[in-house]
Amino acid sequence: MLEIKNLHVKLEEEDKQILKGVDLTVEAGKVHAIMGPNGSGKSTLSYVLSGRGGYEVTDGEASLLGEDILDMDPEERAAAGVFLAFQYPVEIPGVGNMTFMRTAVNAQRKARGEEEMSSAEFLKVVREKAKEMQIDAEMLKRPVNVGFSGGEKKRNEILQMAMLAPKLCIMDETDSGLDVDAMKLVAKGVNALRSPDRGFLVITHYQRLLDHIQPDVVHIMSDGRIVKTGGPELALEVEKNGYTDILKENA
Amino acid sequence: MALPQAKQDATDARLAALDLPVQGGWTRAARADALSRLTSMGLPGNRDEYWRFTRPGDLNAVQPATAEPMDESDEAPLYADIDALKLVFRDGVFDAEASDALEMEGIEIARLAEVQEADIHWARDLYGQLEARGQDPVDRPFAALNTAFATDGILIRATGKAAKPISIVYVHERADSDPILHHAVKVEAGAEVTLLEGGAVGARFNTALEADVADTGKLHHVRAQGRNRQRVANTHTFARLGAEAVFKSFTLTLNGALTRNEHIVELKGDDAVAHVAGAAIGDGKVAPMHHDDTVFVTHDAVNCESRQVFKKVLKNGALGVFQGKILVKPQAQKTDGYQISQSLLLDEDSQFLAKPELEIYADDVACSHGSTTGAIDEDMLFYLRARGVPERRATDLLVLAFLAETLAEIEDDGIAESLRQRLENWLDRHAD
Ligand SMILES: Nc1ncnc2c1ncn2[C@@H]1O[C@H](COP(=O)(O)OP(=O)(O)OP(=O)(O)O)[C@@H](O)[C@H]1O
Ligand SMILES: [Mg+2]
Repeated sequence: MLEIKNLHVKLEEEDKQILKGVDLTVEAGKVHAIMGPNGSGKSTLSYVLSGRGGYEVTDGEASLLGEDILDMDPEERAAAGVFLAFQYPVEIPGVGNMTFMRTAVNAQRKARGEEEMSSAEFLKVVREKAKEMQIDAEMLKRPVNVGFSGGEKKRNEILQMAMLAPKLCIMDETDSGLDVDAMKLVAKGVNALRSPDRGFLVITHYQRLLDHIQPDVVHIMSDGRIVKTGGPELALEVEKNGYTDILKENA
Repeated sequence: MALPQAKQDATDARLAALDLPVQGGWTRAARADALSRLTSMGLPGNRDEYWRFTRPGDLNAVQPATAEPMDESDEAPLYADIDALKLVFRDGVFDAEASDALEMEGIEIARLAEVQEADIHWARDLYGQLEARGQDPVDRPFAALNTAFATDGILIRATGKAAKPISIVYVHERADSDPILHHAVKVEAGAEVTLLEGGAVGARFNTALEADVADTGKLHHVRAQGRNRQRVANTHTFARLGAEAVFKSFTLTLNGALTRNEHIVELKGDDAVAHVAGAAIGDGKVAPMHHDDTVFVTHDAVNCESRQVFKKVLKNGALGVFQGKILVKPQAQKTDGYQISQSLLLDEDSQFLAKPELEIYADDVACSHGSTTGAIDEDMLFYLRARGVPERRATDLLVLAFLAETLAEIEDDGIAESLRQRLENWLDRHAD
């Protein structure tokens, strides 16, 4: 589903190479986890895949379901099925959460040539899914993420993911800042979305998220490359011993 | 003191082309006083302190620049859903056919042109009086010119709660019209009224509103200044508030070659509340766009609250100006004064100039002011786009979000929604 080959990325503004040849394939129906030390390039990879400005692809390619995504605008990638749950969800004063989500859902539908969702239908669906994420009506009315606690912001990301039903879900440290109960809630939301035609790329530092969202494949990223790939046991090894040994054996 | 020659010449030329609309009647003294104020201060010059950011040339000119009228039938009439007493002026001339009868419960309402020949009228104690007070400490020559030469206007005296809003509808039909209108509103103790204004008054226009709100009275004022790119506007809103009185004024401006809106507010009674707010959005692509809000709020009583909330969205070389002052007199303890002026620049050609001023002589006050200039927030834009919202729509959402704080100053949700829709329509028309 997602194929990344030899991806090299530098900052647009300065001569700093951040991704130095990433190779990664996420198959439909699978959950891939990416772990790796701070500053290794995990968030950068997620931004480059979703189309954030400020980065320059100097080599390599990335495609979703066979379609090159790197030349698309962020909104085109979203309509094609890319979703990024942000490490730091953005607050947008003055734009209601509900208006935002309905605009997003219908913009994507329109871009795909599908019929837009009626207000009534949207309301019904959003209420149902918000309930599962324990997001109350008041939070839906508030401006996007404004005044939300860290955990509420992350739950709001998963709600958006559920509403948009993307093909590729990239989650950047969705577990950080979550208490134990919220973590279970988020995991439940994610597991409900698991399906044979959807792929997941889960960026995390901790095994505890992976206890709830069982990964099929675990990658270790270091200094802009995937340096090791394995099964769920790789995450346990990181949890126990840290990165030092893994990085040494790949040095 | 003699005026500088250039000023003297400009003033002489302008006055030579104007005639007092009446010689006698109850406005005679006020008009004569205003004329002598004007001749002694002269029309503004480029070097006058409050005219540095806005060149007065187009306002001083004897003849207005041509402004082709605009067909606005592609959008629903303003305040379409609001049940109001409608009064229509075409290029400053009252259209009785198109207007409702001048009568409403709780209100005395008359037209200046119709009653000004009389010897006596309740408005004599108001007409030109707040304007005269507002000349100190800053000259406002065009307001004096307005008092002297206004040809018409609406005189409203609220003695109770008005049954519905009064809506003044302006229609601009002639490319060379140059109307001068003067409205006066007296809100008696405990009375309440809403005044709406909408549309371009003429090719170039000078309007004044004097609002005297007595103890516990309430006046809501909401105005939209049309969308003509070429028209030149110069307006003054004078308000004086008694104890526990409330005055709220909001102005929406879309484009316009030149707009200078002045608000002069005096809080005279304890516990009074005055909010003045404005949203302006301008595109300088086809014609220049220059928008100036100049505000002067004087606290002269205890425990009063004032708010100034002005925001501008500028693109393609549009220019915004904000000059706002809060003056707190020595006896005005417990003053709560707030002022914010912000601009959102959609490109690097546009510009915002702000001059916030605080002058405080009382010691127990809470006054704050702030001014910001910024571009669209890239993180917010990316977040919206990453969810599939196209860039254009995402930008519009952020523009509307930016202006939302000003619309929130409008009490009536229906009226606010009517103006919000105008903004949406504007954004649709200015997509590039
Ligand atoms: N816009 C930027 N300007 C400067 N440096 C940047 C920028 N974006 C990324 N970097 C640098 O690139 C490197 C990778 O950053 P990135 O955020 O991708 O790391 P990460 O793996 O997500 O780290 P963490 O685990 O701490 O979230 C870091 O050294 C970071 O400082
Ligand atoms: Mg990161």
